[in-house]
Amino acid sequence: MEPLLQVEHLTVTYETRQGPVRAVDDVSFTVYRGEVLGLVGESGCGKSTLGMALLRMVRPPGRITSGRLIFQGRDLLQLPENEMRKLRGRHISMVFQDPMTSLNPLQRIGDHIVETIRTHEPHVSKKEAWERAARLIQRLGISPDRLRDYPHQLSGGMRQRIMIGIGLALNADLIIADEPTTSLDVIVEAQFLDLLRELRDEFNLTLILITHNIGVVAELADRVAVMYAGRMAEIGPVHDVFHRTLHPYTKGLLASVPSIRLEDGLELETLSGAPPSLLEPPPGCRFHPRCPQAKPICSQRVPPWKEIHPGHGTACWLYAEEGA
Amino acid sequence: MRSLGRYLLIRTLLTIPMIFVLVTLVFIILRVMPGDPVKSSIRPGAPQEYINEIRHTLGLDKPLYVQYGDYLWDLLHLDLGTTLSPVRGQSVAKQIWEHFPATLELALAGMLVTAIVGVGLGAYAAHHRRSLADYSLRLYAIVIYAIPVFWLGLMFQLVFGVWLKIFPVAGRISSLAVAPKHITGLYTVDSLLTGNWAAFKDSMMHLALPALTLGLYLSGVFVRLTRSNMLQVLKMDFVTAARARGIPERTVVYRHALKNALIPIITMMGLQFALLLAGAVLTESTFSWPGLGRFLVERITYRDFPSIQGAVVVFALLVASVSLLVDILYALIDPRIRY
Ligand SMILES: Nc1ncnc2c1ncn2[C@@H]1O[C@H](COP(=O)(O)OP(=O)(O)OP(=O)(O)O)[C@@H](O)[C@H]1O
Ligand code: SF4
Ligand SMILES: [Mg+2]
Repeated sequence: MEPLLQVEHLTVTYETRQGPVRAVDDVSFTVYRGEVLGLVGESGCGKSTLGMALLRMVRPPGRITSGRLIFQGRDLLQLPENEMRKLRGRHISMVFQDPMTSLNPLQRIGDHIVETIRTHEPHVSKKEAWERAARLIQRLGISPDRLRDYPHQLSGGMRQRIMIGIGLALNADLIIADEPTTSLDVIVEAQFLDLLRELRDEFNLTLILITHNIGVVAELADRVAVMYAGRMAEIGPVHDVFHRTLHPYTKGLLASVPSIRLEDGLELETLSGAPPSLLEPPPGCRFHPRCPQAKPICSQRVPPWKEIHPGHGTACWLYAEEGA
Repeated sequence: MRSLGRYLLIRTLLTIPMIFVLVTLVFIILRVMPGDPVKSSIRPGAPQEYINEIRHTLGLDKPLYVQYGDYLWDLLHLDLGTTLSPVRGQSVAKQIWEHFPATLELALAGMLVTAIVGVGLGAYAAHHRRSLADYSLRLYAIVIYAIPVFWLGLMFQLVFGVWLKIFPVAGRISSLAVAPKHITGLYTVDSLLTGNWAAFKDSMMHLALPALTLGLYLSGVFVRLTRSNMLQVLKMDFVTAARARGIPERTVVYRHALKNALIPIITMMGLQFALLLAGAVLTESTFSWPGLGRFLVERITYRDFPSIQGAVVVFALLVASVSLLVDILYALIDPRIRY
């Protein structure tokens, strides 16, 4: 598997009036070409912040305070802003949660796509770009006539398909989709996920799928990364993480999803309590106040990262030497 | 678009009662106000019988409600009547028609200056939020709005007219002999249309200071409005999404965001048009600009009731048609709006 993006010790800090909030804290993981990586975790654990950080677009007062983002051999954090801009939309594309608000209400659908194509490929004529857009949205199951429509004339599902289409128009190497189906109703969501599956196979998409819906991850992702309170708790192939679950938080998360059958009838306790404030996170393992398996060391030292099975790792004192 | 047509028709019909109330108010105020059109137009000390005779021929001795009825009846027939003073018996409509292009030219030029300066600087301030430029522009917006418009005009006359001698300080053109052939009545436009470059340059030079005065005066409101609208729009998801597509920052700010911010600004332009006309009246007096504003001020001193009423009706019609125009623009810019 060829690594496409290596995230190393990434930390993102929001400077708030109450003090710094580390919404992403020393997070490392790799995205491989052609895979769908699910990124899950409770609301507020830093998923969107992480997604925006990969584009170097964290909203102020947020700032990437340390780490490296190695994308196709280059550290994105070292690029001048203009180089980074050229990467956005062309190599890394973003699909946002709410398709109602992520298109310019005064710009026709077609012009969104044409503008993006011509920003990155200035030699392409308007007409050519328009034709490319037409072929593309036809593939997405939307009539090319719709290119002349304004965003408000399209349904939510269509708009979300357009957002994906913008990523496909330039053959982006990596698409980050931040809860792309949250605002869609169930049937439209299912259709959209079907389309994503088709596109994944057809275009060999590399996709980071941010979601708090474990079911979506089970259906679509090859690997899954579980975040808790700004830190990475567990990463691994979907099957491993679901059936050989390591981290107590992941277990709790899975227990709250009845649709996932666990092989050996493992009894899992559902999560109690609420995620901690990131302003003053608990010391040591941030999960310890809610963890049913917590040990004394858990509240004192941050658990180190350990790979337990090939490609399946976790940060938890249950799997690490305390003396180390 | 058919529904837009119907909407515009209703809007037009609604202006009729509005104008009715306005002319009634003006009619009453003029009659209550001290001063008399006959006395102000003849030599002081003329015999009372002579005055009474004139009043009789002009119908000013009739009961007020009869005068009012006559006036409305004429207005209904689009007859604005004849002047009372300083010269009797001239057609008010014709005089207004002669003064109108000058005002229109000044108002349009002022609006253009306001739009470019106000919207441009406001967008720039929002783009460079919290920079020195932003703070300076915000200060500018407050100061320029607080300054009386005639004082601003006087300062311009002093600096650019008297000291630097760049621009003329009065009138629309150096002499009527060089005025361009009458097409629209706007000297700058007519001289362009006829290719009369000398007249174009001359009329532009004359227009510069009054248009700047009027335009800058109103620009403060638009700097503030544009800036705050832009700051709101720049926070919206589609702006983030545009950046995430790699669209250059300048395009994001000055094309995507500004166009969205313009919608409320256009409404504001419509609303400010009344203020623009008020500013025009004052600016015209400062710069001896031979337009409707100066005409109105002059006729008020003569108590020339028909001229005053006529000018007010025309101003009201102007404000009403501009707000109608704004509605059309609105529908053209924003595809979501359908009436
Ligand atoms: N503008 C901001 N200012 C201060 N803190 C912020 C800001 N935006 C986010 N945060 C903090 O960062 C943390 C992570 O936010 P983020 O939006 O990345 O979470 P998320 O995992 O995407 O949540 P959700 O599932 O609700 O979308 C939040 O707990 C919040 O406290
Ligand atoms: S480190 Fe300790 S508290 Fe944290 S998840 Fe593992 S066992 Fe629970
Ligand atoms: Mg989020």
